[in-house]
Amino acid sequence: MAAVTGQQNVDLREPKGWRRTSNRIVTVLMVLAFVLVIIPLGFVLVTVVAKGISIISVTFLTSQIPPNVAPADVGGIWPAILGTLEIVGLATLMAVPLGILGAIYLNEYGGRGPLGVLIGFMSDVMTGVPSIIMGLFIFSIWVLHFGYSGFAGALALGCLMLPIVIRSTYEMLRLVPNSLREGSYALGATKARVTLTVVLPAAIGGIVSGALLAVARAAGETAPLIFTILGGLTLATNPNVFSGATTALPLLIFSNASSPYVGAQARGWGAALTLIVICFVLMIAARLVTARFARYSR
Amino acid sequence: MTTVTEAGPAAPAGPAHPLDQRRPLGDRSFQILALACGLLVLVILVLIAVSTSQQASSWFTTEGWGIFKNNWNPAANTYGALAFIYGTAITAIIALIMAVPVSVGIALLLTEVVPYRWSRPIVYVVDLLAVVPSVVWGLWGILVFAPWLNTIYAHIGSAVTGIWVLGPLFGPPTSGASFFTCGIILAFMITPIVTSLSREVIATVPAIDKEGAYALGATRLEMIRGAVWPHSQGGVVGAVLLGMGRAMGETIAAALVIGSSPAITSHLFAPGYNMPAVIANEFGEAFGLQRAALMGIGVLLFVITIIVNVIARGVVERSARRKRGT
Repeated sequence: MAAVTGQQNVDLREPKGWRRTSNRIVTVLMVLAFVLVIIPLGFVLVTVVAKGISIISVTFLTSQIPPNVAPADVGGIWPAILGTLEIVGLATLMAVPLGILGAIYLNEYGGRGPLGVLIGFMSDVMTGVPSIIMGLFIFSIWVLHFGYSGFAGALALGCLMLPIVIRSTYEMLRLVPNSLREGSYALGATKARVTLTVVLPAAIGGIVSGALLAVARAAGETAPLIFTILGGLTLATNPNVFSGATTALPLLIFSNASSPYVGAQARGWGAALTLIVICFVLMIAARLVTARFARYSR
Repeated sequence: MTTVTEAGPAAPAGPAHPLDQRRPLGDRSFQILALACGLLVLVILVLIAVSTSQQASSWFTTEGWGIFKNNWNPAANTYGALAFIYGTAITAIIALIMAVPVSVGIALLLTEVVPYRWSRPIVYVVDLLAVVPSVVWGLWGILVFAPWLNTIYAHIGSAVTGIWVLGPLFGPPTSGASFFTCGIILAFMITPIVTSLSREVIATVPAIDKEGAYALGATRLEMIRGAVWPHSQGGVVGAVLLGMGRAMGETIAAALVIGSSPAITSHLFAPGYNMPAVIANEFGEAFGLQRAALMGIGVLLFVITIIVNVIARGVVERSARRKRGT
């Protein structure tokens, strides 16, 4: 109203002086924050690729691990690659179905009740439990009784993956519209049938992509494996995942990183590049799955 | 296990309909299976607490309150863990001081500054930091980053010698593998999670509040201070706490770059030790009381991270609920 009666001059131009300067400074700082993230990331990736690419070859990927004193052009990392694939594969087989079922419980059955709220909350909390604790846990309940084995490592990684899978699957199930469920109920389907044949397929893209991210996280984890598979000290291939010490890529990198031998360090860089490639492939696969199959997304 | 029996009758969700009695066996067993998988989370958490404390019991009974002494010495069979607790606190604080402003800055950049089509690639890049495995950060940290940092530390160290506060904190002697190096690496590692959580919180600020602030002639900074910050304060605090939990539990990178020396010193450029690193480095050769002590440090770490995470999740959820409610 005032604008009609009073002839006030409203200054609509950009703010001046300190207000403008401070605004610009803050915007620059925000961009600077992002630059601060790119620098170390680029630094790490360039170093790993530069140092790793020179040693990686087919022989390197398929040869046995030599003793640390061996020069860089001798031997390879095959037992560690095999160990990582076995252990992470086994952990995935355990954690993903259990995690999906747990998320189904949270979203389709008991989610609103006190027990459902408690389970949902505690699975969030469990994602924050350090991975080393999972290793100590499996050491106490499994390794002390049955000895070191790839399976023990898989149990530890499975414990790590379980809450991540529950959380990501739960988020996806929540996005499935209720009308789908109601329509199926109206046709007389049981709840289990609705969940398995209607709700899960509708959310499958997001579930798979969440599971792949959990696998990528587990593949790079070292701490839970120290106490469960006794890598580092073991160099030979151990194809039996259920008994006997074995090794894995992260453990090989860990023990080689603290080794004074140039050859061992070079193999460490090669193993690091291999591991990073595995993790990146899993992450890209997750993004592709999301893009391709996500019917309901945020 | 009492929770299981309590849950039985409450578990079938939705309004009880008359056909409930005739639900087929397969349907009911699927529900029980799902419930069992949900309960698995609680079972694992309880088992972690019970089994690790059991393994650590001899440390707690032998040392008593001595677990908080600063006398870790396997040769003398004394295992006070104060140096590791100190190291964990120091490295987490250094990591937070560096990671939080950067993370909140990027979160604000993503939500308030850049257009949507740019925010996607930025998110991908920040998430890449989380995809780089911990052990690769450690490998790079100890072989490339630490030697490079040490020359910088040496310059800083000689420059601040004798200066009040700065001297004891940053003066010589310096070492590439140190509290500070560890803190920097941890900062890289927790930045993605703090960023993504802060971004989620900041994204919930109602557009009408922001538009209102702009309509009153606010600059972007004034809008952030007046409209975004009051709304997202709580959630950002929660995100920071979650990042702190991560920083305290991060093991392998710390084990490689912290310098492995159980010392309580104000020198941030001196080698130190923290809780996860000592477990990872010494567990292999430890037996008897030392193994129990390392287990016990694990128990302490578990308890601390559980408390931090419960508080953080509580803060995040409460601020989310308040937003939905009003």
